[in-house]
Amino acid sequence: MTNDVGIIERLKNHFAEGLETVTSIDQPTVIVPRGQLLAFAEHLKSVEGYVMFNDVLVVDWFPARPRFEVVYQVYQPETRQRFRFKSFVDESESMPTMTGVWAGANWPEREAFDLFGVVFDGHPDLTRIYLPDDWEGHPLRKDYPTGGNRID
Amino acid sequence: MGLNSAQKEVERGILLTTVDKMSHWAQKSSVWPATFGLACCAIEMMSVTSSRYDLARFGSEAFRASPRQADLMIVAGRVSQKMAPVLRTIWEQMPEPKWVISMGACASSGGVFDNYAIIQGVDHVVPVDVYVPGCPPSPEALMFGILKLREKIQMGLPPKYQEVAMARGGAS
Repeated sequence: MTNDVGIIERLKNHFAEGLETVTSIDQPTVIVPRGQLLAFAEHLKSVEGYVMFNDVLVVDWFPARPRFEVVYQVYQPETRQRFRFKSFVDESESMPTMTGVWAGANWPEREAFDLFGVVFDGHPDLTRIYLPDDWEGHPLRKDYPTGGNRID
Repeated sequence: MGLNSAQKEVERGILLTTVDKMSHWAQKSSVWPATFGLACCAIEMMSVTSSRYDLARFGSEAFRASPRQADLMIVAGRVSQKMAPVLRTIWEQMPEPKWVISMGACASSGGVFDNYAIIQGVDHVVPVDVYVPGCPPSPEALMFGILKLREKIQMGLPPKYQEVAMARGGAS
C-alpha cells in the first residue's frame, strides 16, 4: 500500500483556504473546517475516487473546546490508497452527515452518536445502535463515570 | 425353615427407599443445561461435554437449544446490560424446578469488566445456586460445580429462587 503523496497539494489548490495539513506517519491527513466538510467529501469521492467509506472515529478532548475531534477514514480501492480527514465540533453544535455522499457512513455515525453524543444533521435514522434505547448519557465521553453500576 | 430362607432370598432383591429420595436421584442424574454461552467461558463449558472430560458420565451432556427442555442455566461469561433482559426471559421460560450456575469471575461479579456495559454479577438478574470461580474456570472446576449442584439436589434443598421466595414469606 502506497500513499498518494500529491493529494494534499491538489486538495489545497482546489480548496483555497481552510485546509490544514496534519503531520502523520501512516497516511495523508488534513483538518477540514466544518462548513466545508460536505463539499470536501463530494470532491474526495467524485474527483479523487475515494469511493469507500471506512469509519467515523471520535476523540473527546474534554475539557478543551471545541470538545470533539471527528475523524473520517476513506479508501480508494483502485489505487489502494487511504486518506484521513478530521473536523472539530462542540457539544452544542452538530456535524453534517456523510450518508448523502457515502451510504456506508450510516451505522458508523450512529455509533459515534451512541457512544459520544455527536449529532449528525440530516442523518436518516440517528438512533442508538449498541446501547439499549432508553440509555442515559454517552459512555465514551471523558466525563462519564468509569465504574460499573453498584446495585448492592 | 423353608419359608424363612425363601423370605430372606426375596428381601435380598428389594431396596427400600422413599419417593422423595428416588425423585431427587432421578432429578440429579439428568440435569440438562440450556445452551447459553456468552463469552470465553463457553469454550470451557463446551469442552466439559467433550470426550476428554465427558460430562455424560453425570447425565448433563445434553445441552438443549430450547429453554423449555432445560433445567439448568450455566451463565458462561459476562452479562451486558443489553443481554440481561434476554437472559432473564430465557430463565423464566425454563420449566421448574430450575437451577443456575454462575460460571467464572465475570458472571459472578463482573470480573475485570468494571464498566458501564457489564452487569456486576448475574445474581442481580437471576437467583444463582452455585458460583464457580476462575477466569475462565477449567472444565474440572465447572464439573465440580455441577457435582456440587447434584449434591444439593440429592439433599433435597430447594433451588435458590424457591429459597428466596420462601424467605420473602410467599408460596414457592
